[in-house]
Amino acid sequence: MRHDGKHAASPAGGGPPPAVELVGLNKSFGPVRANQDVCITVQPGTVHGIVGENGAGKSTMMAMLYGFYKADSGSIRINGETVSIGSPSDAIELGIGMVHQHFMLVEPFTVLENVILGVEGGGLIGTSLRRARKELKRLADEYGLDVDPDARIRDLPVGLQQRVEILKALYRGAQTLILDEPTGVLTPQEADHLFRILDTLRAQGKTVILITHKLREIMAITDNVSVMRCGTMVAHRATAETSQEELAELMVGRTVLLRVDKQPASPGECVVSVNDVTLVDDTGRKRLDNVNFSICKGEILGIAGVSGNGQSELLEVLSGITPVKDGRITFKGHDIVAPGLRANPQELRRQGVGHVAEDRHRMGMIMDFSAAENTILGYHCDPEINGPLLMDLDRVDKRCAGYMERFDVRPPLPHLAASGFSGGNQQKIVLAREMEHDPDLLLVGQPTRGVDIGAIEFIHKRLIAMRDAGKAVLLVSVELDEILSLADRILVMFDGRIVGEVSAEEATEQQLGLMMAGIDAEPEVRA
Amino acid sequence: MSRQNKLPVWVNAGLIPLINLLAAFVVSALVILAVGENPFEAARHIIYGAFGFEEGIGYTLYYATNFIFTGLAVAMAFHCFLFNIGGEGQAYIGGLGIGLVCLYMGDMPFWVILPCAIVGGAVFGGLWAAIPAYLQAKRGSHIVITTIMFNFIASSIMTFLLVEWLKKPGSQLPETRHFADAAYMPKLHEIAHAMGIELAHSPVNISLVIALLCCVAVWIFIWRTRWGFEIRASGKNAEAAMYGGISPARSIMISMLISGALAGLVGLNELMGVQHRLVVNFTNGYGFVGIAIALMGRNHPLGIVLASLLMGALFQGGAELAFEMPTMTRDMVWTIQGLVILFTGALEHMFRPRIEAFFQKSDKSDSASCQGPEEQGDEA
Repeated sequence: MRHDGKHAASPAGGGPPPAVELVGLNKSFGPVRANQDVCITVQPGTVHGIVGENGAGKSTMMAMLYGFYKADSGSIRINGETVSIGSPSDAIELGIGMVHQHFMLVEPFTVLENVILGVEGGGLIGTSLRRARKELKRLADEYGLDVDPDARIRDLPVGLQQRVEILKALYRGAQTLILDEPTGVLTPQEADHLFRILDTLRAQGKTVILITHKLREIMAITDNVSVMRCGTMVAHRATAETSQEELAELMVGRTVLLRVDKQPASPGECVVSVNDVTLVDDTGRKRLDNVNFSICKGEILGIAGVSGNGQSELLEVLSGITPVKDGRITFKGHDIVAPGLRANPQELRRQGVGHVAEDRHRMGMIMDFSAAENTILGYHCDPEINGPLLMDLDRVDKRCAGYMERFDVRPPLPHLAASGFSGGNQQKIVLAREMEHDPDLLLVGQPTRGVDIGAIEFIHKRLIAMRDAGKAVLLVSVELDEILSLADRILVMFDGRIVGEVSAEEATEQQLGLMMAGIDAEPEVRA
Repeated sequence: MSRQNKLPVWVNAGLIPLINLLAAFVVSALVILAVGENPFEAARHIIYGAFGFEEGIGYTLYYATNFIFTGLAVAMAFHCFLFNIGGEGQAYIGGLGIGLVCLYMGDMPFWVILPCAIVGGAVFGGLWAAIPAYLQAKRGSHIVITTIMFNFIASSIMTFLLVEWLKKPGSQLPETRHFADAAYMPKLHEIAHAMGIELAHSPVNISLVIALLCCVAVWIFIWRTRWGFEIRASGKNAEAAMYGGISPARSIMISMLISGALAGLVGLNELMGVQHRLVVNFTNGYGFVGIAIALMGRNHPLGIVLASLLMGALFQGGAELAFEMPTMTRDMVWTIQGLVILFTGALEHMFRPRIEAFFQKSDKSDSASCQGPEEQGDEA
């Protein structure tokens, strides 16, 4: 029998008290109980993983520990002493540091200026900068955190920006470091480097709390792992005694298939060909550099790459959002994108190009609109739902209800604002909108970003089904696992260029990772 | 974690505005006390002045008509997330359009003049708004700045025209000759009289009906047509709009044209209904009050009607108050109006969190469990 009884129990043998102990924390937002009786014990000098689906309550729990929220009830103990954390500055005082998923850095400032931001101490900036420079040097030596203190944040790659965040926390005297989804923006190599840093931190006696949804990372780096589901702690495990399969099952509450079941592809004729597309942005930087490829019916073409290397621009060009001056794209035999051609996403949708945007908050949906209104975005001029003047809103609602049933959207309420759905259900609404119009080419960006495991399985099955129905699918994802398991052919993008093509059977994560970092294209290693 | 806490409609649209309004009245009462007057008596004068007798009601509705036009104008632009501060200038220039129609088509029958005047006001007001709209859509010049500046330009142009070109010959006043009788907007008491009902004389006229029809039209346009959808989409999230093939620039142009057109109709009430000539500064700040009206009415036509009635009552009742209680000067009346705008518009969220908390406590019973798929799967 498994023991879940490590709850809040102090170690028996009189060792050091736990670095962090949360005892029976409760937090409600209105009727939503985000955390119910959450208990966790984090031993000092360990890396403790916290896994759970989106909305399981991980972020809420950490927000209480870091002083963003006040718990409704329950207590927090740091190094054995009950404390009250009313604000992040209290947390910092208690030696807790946090590295947020989205970095909190001032981009035009230098590394040094960012590190002292908020703890300048004294009226003259020069003194604190000098002090910080010395301290930074010490931290860099001690933990292998090398960053040029005078570099500007905006010139640094994400991996280094993250390092600055860690340095910021350590500079403030953090003994316990909370990392929230730290590897989302990193290449596999950069992630490995981060893990080496975490190793060093652990060896130096620091405590690390790692929030992630990537089970592979949990297995690779943590000592202990806690699983959350629906606002409760469902299990605590020593990492050595558990497996990815077990953790996945605990997270979702049922058995899940981590591998995608699919037959080999049987590609047909080519429907899309992209020829010599180059896109230069306002600052004169080449966002897309001479991109050439084609996609055939019945195949999923995966585009791998660290985010920000031209994938977003590629999707926007293909879907008609951004016009191009150089190159052309043909779809089903005629030009859809070419210099001087005024492409329009609505017109392209009519011709059969569906587009699931990478970022549903920024682009794919309008969060204040109802689900039903979101299901007509881009198709709102469809004669099926329009009279000469007025829209047939009953029809829109009915159609939306149909989508919700077929895509298992919960709750199935067409009038609920999009922001009222969980990430997975939002994504299902977007997918339903684009797939139900039966496109011949489906552009999909980050289909499972911020989506829970249960929904990921569903979305992957749907994409495979599209392919098997003879549609062309272009899949852009920063999750290598996703590309490897879904795509039939993989292109790697780096700095706006396609730096390589591999077939999915032959591709390995290491090989793709090196290509993503532009290794064979550029001698300079990024991380 | 962006789950919305839905409040019952009656709380959102009824109770919260009412509490805000009460707060405004309480503070107003303190101000009145501070100048040594009895707030209850002041309230009695305002209410009596606005609603106590037929003529008072007529004036209240007449003021409300102007506010409905300008409030709708601000709301229309706001649905595209544009702050149209230029309602005053658009109303003024729209009045020029209406005035020209009435001056030069005076020998036509009223039923010919009316549609022409509506088109004239709408086109002039709309085109005046189109210039800042174009600058915003194509050049990125912020519409708040440009519309404010266009108010001054409109004012200068109108003064110039009224002094140099349109002035009645032989007169010193910056105003045109009177319109022909056929261009007078029928007043409600005149219509009632024709039907055998006697009402007290007041300036309220059929522009009120036109204003209410505009409310319906705006509501339909915004929430029931694809163009309204495009405008709202552009206003809420321009990037998502572009993703959906909607041109935000086009939405800006359409919404501002309609916004300016609505403001331009103020002249129907003011010029054709009351002044019967084009006079300098006939807009009298109604365009600016429209901003407050839209704010109080939450940019919804129904809310705008209610807010317009409230402001109309404060305008008319305030005049009565200033007349009855000498210490309550025009400035004191403006203070009260300002407090109402402050509490019902700008400080809308002051009491909201507490009220939300109150109502959530009362329905803890259906405390929603996790939204995770498996839980609900078990229920199903």
